[in-house]
This record gives sequence, structure tokens and C-alpha cells, in this order.
Amino acid sequence: MGFLELEGLTRTFAGQRAVDGLSLTLQRGEVLALLGPSGSGKTTTLRLLAGFEVPDAGRVILEGRDVTPLAPVARRFGMVFQHYALFPHLDVGANVAFGLESRGVRGPELSRRVAEALSLVDLAGFERRAVAKLSGGQQQRVALARALAPEPQVLLLDEPLSNLDPSLRERTRRELRGLVHRLGMTAVVVTHEQEDAFDLGDRIALLRGGRLEQLGTSDELYATPASAFVASFIGRASEVEARVISTDVAEVEGARWPVRWAGPGPAVPGAAARLLARPEGLRLVAPGAGRVGGAVTGRRFTGPVAFFSVLTAGGANVEVAAPPEAAREGDVVGLEPTGADLHLYPAADA
Amino acid sequence: MTARRAGWLGWLLVAVLAWLIAYPLALVLVEGLRGPAGWTLEEVRRFASRSSEWEALWASLWLSLASAVLSGAIGVPLAFLFERVDFPGRKLLGVLVALPAVLPPLVGVVAFLFLYGETGFAGRLVQHVLGLEDPPWRLEGPVAILLVHAYSMYVYFYLFCRAALSRMDGAMLEAASALGAGRGRTLRRVVLPHLRPALAGAALLTFMTSLASFSAPYIFGGGYRVMTTQIVFTRLNGDDGLAMVETTALMLLALGALALFRRADPGGSLAGVGKGTAPGLARAGSAHARAGIAAAAWLLAVLLLLPHLTLLLVSFVPVGTWTTEPFPPVFSPGNYAALVAEPERLRPLLNSLWMATAATAAAVGIALAGGALVVRKRVRASRLIEGLLGLPWAVPGTVFAIALAALFSVRAPWALRTVLVGTAWLLPLAYLIRNLPVTGRALLAGFRQLDPALEEAAASLGAGRARTIRRIVLPALAPALAAGATLAFVTALGDFVTSIMLYTYDTRPISLEILGSLRQGDVGVAAAYGVLLMAASAVVFALGARGESRA
Repeated sequence: MGFLELEGLTRTFAGQRAVDGLSLTLQRGEVLALLGPSGSGKTTTLRLLAGFEVPDAGRVILEGRDVTPLAPVARRFGMVFQHYALFPHLDVGANVAFGLESRGVRGPELSRRVAEALSLVDLAGFERRAVAKLSGGQQQRVALARALAPEPQVLLLDEPLSNLDPSLRERTRRELRGLVHRLGMTAVVVTHEQEDAFDLGDRIALLRGGRLEQLGTSDELYATPASAFVASFIGRASEVEARVISTDVAEVEGARWPVRWAGPGPAVPGAAARLLARPEGLRLVAPGAGRVGGAVTGRRFTGPVAFFSVLTAGGANVEVAAPPEAAREGDVVGLEPTGADLHLYPAADA
Repeated sequence: MTARRAGWLGWLLVAVLAWLIAYPLALVLVEGLRGPAGWTLEEVRRFASRSSEWEALWASLWLSLASAVLSGAIGVPLAFLFERVDFPGRKLLGVLVALPAVLPPLVGVVAFLFLYGETGFAGRLVQHVLGLEDPPWRLEGPVAILLVHAYSMYVYFYLFCRAALSRMDGAMLEAASALGAGRGRTLRRVVLPHLRPALAGAALLTFMTSLASFSAPYIFGGGYRVMTTQIVFTRLNGDDGLAMVETTALMLLALGALALFRRADPGGSLAGVGKGTAPGLARAGSAHARAGIAAAAWLLAVLLLLPHLTLLLVSFVPVGTWTTEPFPPVFSPGNYAALVAEPERLRPLLNSLWMATAATAAAVGIALAGGALVVRKRVRASRLIEGLLGLPWAVPGTVFAIALAALFSVRAPWALRTVLVGTAWLLPLAYLIRNLPVTGRALLAGFRQLDPALEEAAASLGAGRARTIRRIVLPALAPALAAGATLAFVTALGDFVTSIMLYTYDTRPISLEILGSLRQGDVGVAAAYGVLLMAASAVVFALGARGESRA
């Protein structure tokens, strides 16, 4: 039995299933990232956990106790809101004290715990500041301190980094991960950025259309994507039409490539299939018989490697990672697997 | 609160608002079509056959149009001057120029009377200097009405236009000149289209205010009738059936104008585009030019402040001491002392205070409920609630006075009517209805700016409903609450148009006492009341300006 369990959660808005029979289990101290494109139901899931939405079906269970009928007030999950939702008319200290006061903490104990929470997020001594005068990163940390101060059993974070600019974002993410792990918090983080999910989540639940597409660590999601959707959402991947030869061989434009059959269902030799190739799964070689041939149509330089766009003879656009000097625009090249997994899916899998 | 319960409360609010606002208006319509012997078009025929009615309708219409044009002609150049040109004293004068808005309509009219009326300062001065037998002019008729309107209503154009200009992105002007547009073309193609929503808003506000204007035509009209005064005189003659038809005509004119306007200008879409910094100020070229502009601006400010100063001056003139002299010979604070010391003088002050307070409190309460139900709960009745809350804005005060008098003159519980005419309840009720658009708009806007996540954050931090409302919602709404409540309060405090039709001797408000004092020749007392109202309005205005600069 897990610490926090979601059992068949379902929520329908105007006939649309925003969350559709979602079941997940978190262990104590685990951080789960809810990842998915917009409209995948991740925020609704978080709001169901917090109690702001009431599920049409399913339960939320905390330490074996059904908390589904509890109002947010009684549930006392800490929450960090996307735009922070700091109380604009209260100063930093009063914002952080708000949740503690709800629990009856008063007097010197109150000031002590407010100071403690603020020093957790490196804002010691900020009590009397006005929240509107803080920078975006500081506001985010006040929101975190406010959620943590009443020592919630579960911390919920709704896109906690989406309002920060890129450089600040990376640092804040590191600090956030360190803090959550140091406190041993059980946490659920909603994000649409895979980097945030990789970095913050012990495990990642990839959602699509309100359903769980795949649950696993970042390595698992990258190396063994359960569907073409996962493969293309996590990391970069180019799609090429292929034909199944066996569970570990496919034919691509006349060439035979070693692949990993990822299902769903058994591999049917001769059936049409979709091959998803990571940029590092292919390399540029000289054109030749038995190789997929193509022309370089573009080159994007990023430093140690460059990404080459190759238009194959069969009309597919493929992205290949290679040393920056490997080719120039307009070159005619051949493509060859590097041995890293190429993932094969049935053509019908949308 | 469950969605179901919120839904029911929404319909309950609709019912209350419909009873207070839509029902009386419908009643006016019906009573104009009813005679002693049932349904009849008799009163409508009488209305249509009297040329004076058509003349009054036409007067209302053209005076309102002319007021809008004249106000725009004054307000827009002023806005450009104060927003775009730098000269000494710009900031202070920029505030002073908005001061005519601080005068309640009746007080503004009285101040004008003291200044430019046939026995006013200006007239006496000219008479004295030229040694004339009689006052050199009579401030009467349409021209006088138009002047008073322009004096008080250019402020709408000035404020709206200044706000739009300050929101304009300076880079837009630079882009226009980089694209080779000269000053004229930039003004025509870039600046004016940008101002369009502001100009349209100000024009509508001026038109509707003029159409509903009562004080100026009542005091300065003489024999010249507009619809609002026509209704009151018909009513005073006891011709209730005809008054109902007249009221219907005025209401239809107002609603028709509003509908036409909305069709011609469906929503200002440009308003939200501006982002970035306002264009820099143009410095007037030479030192001479700058001194000239500054001098002209100061002169203008003095001219605009003269009515206020006149009012203040006259308020210190003891009763009966100023007869034929060009300037009052004696000054004393006696009038103010009399307001407090004499129970008969104090009474209207207390009346207005309690009635305005009660009406404002009730209007704020209704607006709070409306805001919560419309914005937060999004009840099915939202559009109806919002429409009903705004409706009294479009309907002239005179119409509402007649409508309420009609609704509450008969005891008929099954028709939800009872007798309130002649009681102390009718005026606060009328003020309440007239206050709803202002408080409603302020609180709906307040609720819309309030991030719903704030309430969720409070809940996630363990705060119950009561604590969330007390600690989070109300403080966050405080600026909107303050803005709506203070504006409503001063409007009710200075109300004349509904009061004159619904007051009783015991509930007479300040405005009627001003009128009474004027008729008895106690100009000093009338002015003292006016100064009090002006001061109350100024305080509210200052508070509002402070609230805006903080937000």
C-alpha cells in the first residue's frame, strides 16, 4: 500500500473527460511529476488531489484513509500555485503565517516558524517586505515557504517554474529539488516541460487525454517509450515509415535496420509500421547500396554536436546528431543505425 | 456553497432587482396606456397632439448632442495640452482642470448662478463698470443650459482622453514617423483611431448625462422646457397620465440612443493593445512659447475654479447684507454656524447623511452579492444580473422617480406594491437604485481582478469560509469597495433630480434645502450647503485618485 493513492479518478467537464480513470500510487517521500501537453488533464488531476475539484468517480487515499469527501480546508495539502497566488495585501511574513494561524499557532511560536520557513527558502529576514516588491524568483520562494510552513503531508506544485526566465529557472529547479528531498516531502509536480519533470520527479507520469500513457523514471521513459506518443513527447524523435520484418528487424526504404518492437500488440511480419529514431540513433555515412539515402537540407549548430535535417529518398524528414563538420547543407548522404534503440510501433497507433 | 444553491440565489437576486428596477419602469409604460375605464390610447394621443411635447423632446435631443460636441471641443484639446506638452505647473493644473466633476449638478448650477447669473458677480461687475441701470444679461434658456453642461461635462472627455493618451505606446508614434508619416498623418491615422474608444465612451457619457440633466434646465431653463423638466411640471399640474407618457418617451429616447450608440461602436477593441511606455512630452519650442502656454493654462484654471471660489465666497455672506453692491460688503462664518445650530437647518444635513449612508450600504451589499454570483459562481442568471444592475445608468433619474412613485403609491400586496410615497423609505430606496450601476460596476470589476487562486490558496492553508472572506476576499476587494461606495455616497448626498419628486418635508435632503434657501433669498445659506457638498465630493475625489495611484 502506498502513502498516497489515486484510484480510478475521473472528472468530466461539459462531456469531455479531463481525467479518465487515472490510478497512481506514491510512496512516502516520493516526488511524482505529472507531465503532458496542455489539455492532458495534469492540472485537473492536481486540483482533484487538492480538493478544488470533486471527482465524478474514483478516490484519493492518504495513508489508507479516503480523503475524497474532504474539502480542501480539511485536506491540508500544501499547494504552490502557478501564479503563486500570494495575498497582495499581506506582507511576506503574514503570507507565510497564514496557514500556521489556521492551525492555531500564535505568538513567539508563530514568528519562530515563519522565520524558519523563510530561511528554508533563503529569504530569512524578509518578513516585512511587500510581496509586490519581490522579484519573480523571490515570489516563487515565498509561495513555497507559505505552503511548507504548516508542514503539509503532501506538497502539490502547479507549474512552479513556468513564470521564471530560463537562467533563473534552472537554478530554482535545483534548489527546489534539494529542498523537497531534504525535507522528505511527498510531492506531486505538474509541468509541461520534460526537463522540469526529469529533474524534479523521482518518477514521471506522462498523461495524454486524461489517461496515463506511461509511468516510470526519466531513463525508462526515454529508453523504452511505451508508445509513439511517448517517444515523440520525451526527447526528440523523427518518424519514418517502415515495414515489420520481425520483432527486432524492420525494413526502411529498402534497408534493414535493427529495432525494438514497442507494441502495442505482437509484431506482424510484413505489416506497415512507424519507426521513431532519436537523433543519436542514426549517423551520417557515405551513400551506398543497401543504405537509406538522402540530402542534407539544414544544419543546426549547438556546440559539440550539430543536428542535421536529412530529406530521405522516400520523402521522410529525419534529424541526425553528428559532429558539426560531418556534412554541409546540400550534401548527399547515407543513413545508418548507431545501435542505440530505434523504436517500432504499429502504423495505426496514433 | 453548492452550485445549485448559488444558482437559486442568483435567481433570487434577479427577482429582487427586477422588482426594484424593471417592474417600476414597466409600470410607467402600462399606466400611460390606462385610463379610468381600462386600456386607452387617449393619453398617447394627447401627448402626440401637443406641440410643446415635441419641442421638449427635440430640445432634450439637440441639447444633449450639442453638449457632447461642445464638451469634446473643450476636453480633447485640454487633454492633449496636459498630456503631451511640458510647461511649468502642468501637474497641479492637470488636477485642477478636473475639478468641475467635483460639483454635484445642483451645486454647479447654483455656483454658475452666483457667478454669471443676472445678479451674479460678473453681471454686477459689468453693470457697475458701465454704469448700467439693469443687469447686462440674463442667464436663461438653451444657451445657458448648454454652457453649464459644457462646463461640467468636458471633464469626461478630458479624463478619458488623457487616460488613453497616457496608455499609448510611444514606440507606436516613433514607428509612424520611421515609416515616413508626418505629424498630421500620424495624428489622423494613428493617434485618433487609438483615442476612438475613449472619445466614444466620453461622448456617450456626456450625451446620457445631458439627456438626464435636470438641475440646469430647471434653474436656467425659464420657459424653455426639456423632457425632464416637462415631466416634473406636468406632474405638478396633477396630470399623471400624461406624465407617464412623457416619462415613457424620455425612457425610450435614452434607451434608443444607447442602443444606436452600441451598434455604431461595438466595444472598443483598441484599448488593450497599448503596452510599453507612454510617449515623451513635447517641450514647447522657445521660452516665450512656454511662458505663453503656462500663462494661458493658469488663466484657464482660474476660470474653471471661479465657480468654486464664488460658492465659497457667497457662503460667508450673512443673510440680507448683499443687495446692490458689486461685491458683498460683509463676511462672517454665521451661515455655517446656523447649519449646525438651527434644528431646521441641521435637519436636511442629517436626512441626507442617513439616507445616503443607508442607500450606499444596501447598494454595496447587493453589488457584493452580484459580484460573487456573477464572477465567482458564474450562475446561469449572470447576464441578467449584470444587465439589471447597469440598467438604472441608462434611465434618467426623473424616469425612475416617476416610476417609483407609481409603484409605491398603491397598496396591492398581490402585485408586490405598497404605499411608500410620503414615508421616509422612498428616497433611500431611490438612491439605492440609482447607486446600483456605480457600485455594481466597481465590485464586478473588483471581483474580476481578484485571482480565484487566492481563495483556493487560503483554503489549502486551512482557512475556512468566514476567515477567507474576512482576511482575503474583502481586503483584496477594498479598493473597489471604497471606490464604488464613496462615489455612490456623494451622488446620493447631492441628489436633486429624484429627491425633488419623492421628498417629504420631514425627509427633505440638502439639495431641496438649497433650493428653498435660494427662493427665500438666503444665498449665503444655500452656498454654505453647496460648499459642504463640494467638500464631501472633493474628499471622495482625492481618495479615489489616491486609490488609483496605489493600484
